[in-house]
Amino acid sequence: MHVSVDQNRCCSSGQCVAAVPAVFDQDEDDGTVLLLQPSPPANLHTAVRTAARICPGQAISVQESPEPSQESHESQEH
Amino acid sequence: MTTVEPTDTLSYPAARGGCPFAPPPAYQHALDENPISRISLWDGSSAWLVTRNEDVRAVLGDRRFSADAAVPGFPFTSESRRALAGPPTTFIRTDPPEHTRLRRMLTGDFIIKRVAAMRPEIQGIVDDFLDRMTAHHPPADLVSEFALPIPSLVICLLLGVPYADHEFFQQHSRILLNNLVPAEQVRIARDELTDYLRELAERKRLEPDDRIISRLVARDDLSVDEAARTSLLLLVAGHETTANMTALSTLALLRDPEQLTRLRENPELTRGAVEELLRFLSIVQDGVPRVAAETVRLGGRTIEAGEGVVCMLSTANRDEALFAQPQELDVTRDARRHVAFGFGVHQCLGQPLARLELEIILETLLRRLPGLRLAVPYEQVRFRRDTVIHGLESLPVAW
Repeated sequence: MHVSVDQNRCCSSGQCVAAVPAVFDQDEDDGTVLLLQPSPPANLHTAVRTAARICPGQAISVQESPEPSQESHESQEH
Repeated sequence: MTTVEPTDTLSYPAARGGCPFAPPPAYQHALDENPISRISLWDGSSAWLVTRNEDVRAVLGDRRFSADAAVPGFPFTSESRRALAGPPTTFIRTDPPEHTRLRRMLTGDFIIKRVAAMRPEIQGIVDDFLDRMTAHHPPADLVSEFALPIPSLVICLLLGVPYADHEFFQQHSRILLNNLVPAEQVRIARDELTDYLRELAERKRLEPDDRIISRLVARDDLSVDEAARTSLLLLVAGHETTANMTALSTLALLRDPEQLTRLRENPELTRGAVEELLRFLSIVQDGVPRVAAETVRLGGRTIEAGEGVVCMLSTANRDEALFAQPQELDVTRDARRHVAFGFGVHQCLGQPLARLELEIILETLLRRLPGLRLAVPYEQVRFRRDTVIHGLESLPVAW
């Protein structure tokens, strides 16, 4: 998995930081997203996908690795 | 794919049905049958009502839909909303890049770590108001003695507003958020509150502190008027929303003993329960207005440039496409994809603070008052009517 962020789209909601603090942080001055790990370990992938989906600014892009790993769940969440 | 012609026009706002926590049945019906419906507004104009989660996100995340009330066709959801739309305006009625410039003056104050650092202080405030409420014999009004004063005091500390003036700004905030108050009265309330905050900002210029108003007024790229208007937005938004969420959450849990017990016995569920209550209650009951700045295809329909759109957050949060059994309150659900705080660049600035306050409030209330119950029959609980934010007039409780 490769993660990228677009600080111009970020609206500093901090939801990514709440979801995966090991991967995302916030700039101290304006709260915009800081990416800590562009290639997070597999145990964080589900949480990173959630972070990308809940980001209100759609500022997080997730590129899945080519190998057939876990399917992302785009339908219902419980 | 078949396109349903927009023959039926719903009247807006629609009345709530039997369940006071659920969206009006007319909106729910639209979600099921005709998810992008025509609505007719108070002034005879019409707009689109967008009800599905996916479509609400699409509109609020798309910069072709403007939040600027000066763009022709912008849908005003009541006469008082039109009266408050300006000019002058604040960043909630501004589009990027100006919106980004104004909002980023404030986002640093609401970063997760900074808000989290307030936990001990907020816990102290919550304990203090609960001590005061329970110092006298029951019943007590949970709204006026607990739900409202906590976020009021917290936002006062953040902004640097003297809490001693709370009656003045609480009363004015209520007027500003009521849709039935005549336009002239709502403007007067807005002006009085702005004057109060402008005078406060002027004082802060001479005697600065480290709070938000003082820092805003010290900036050379923001006038005193702009600082006052921005402060007004934070002050009003900062306490009415959390106060009403607190009161409604308490009532919803008291009405659902199974969920209440599960939460009380498993306090580690509280963070998730807050998300679920945000979803379930969706207190921004008017929805979020936008205007199409250019023609946009949305959910099989064409929204023409200059047409208004009202995004109904409450139905989007009860959309089966995203939430299984959406009419059920389930504190164990992962509800984080709700849009109770909106979506897109205008999503609630204070959401980390609101989440932390609600988490501490609920955990403390359930832990310290194991016998918490309604002090009146449920049928006598008075819900607010005709307000931008859904809530309760009062909530008599015993313990």
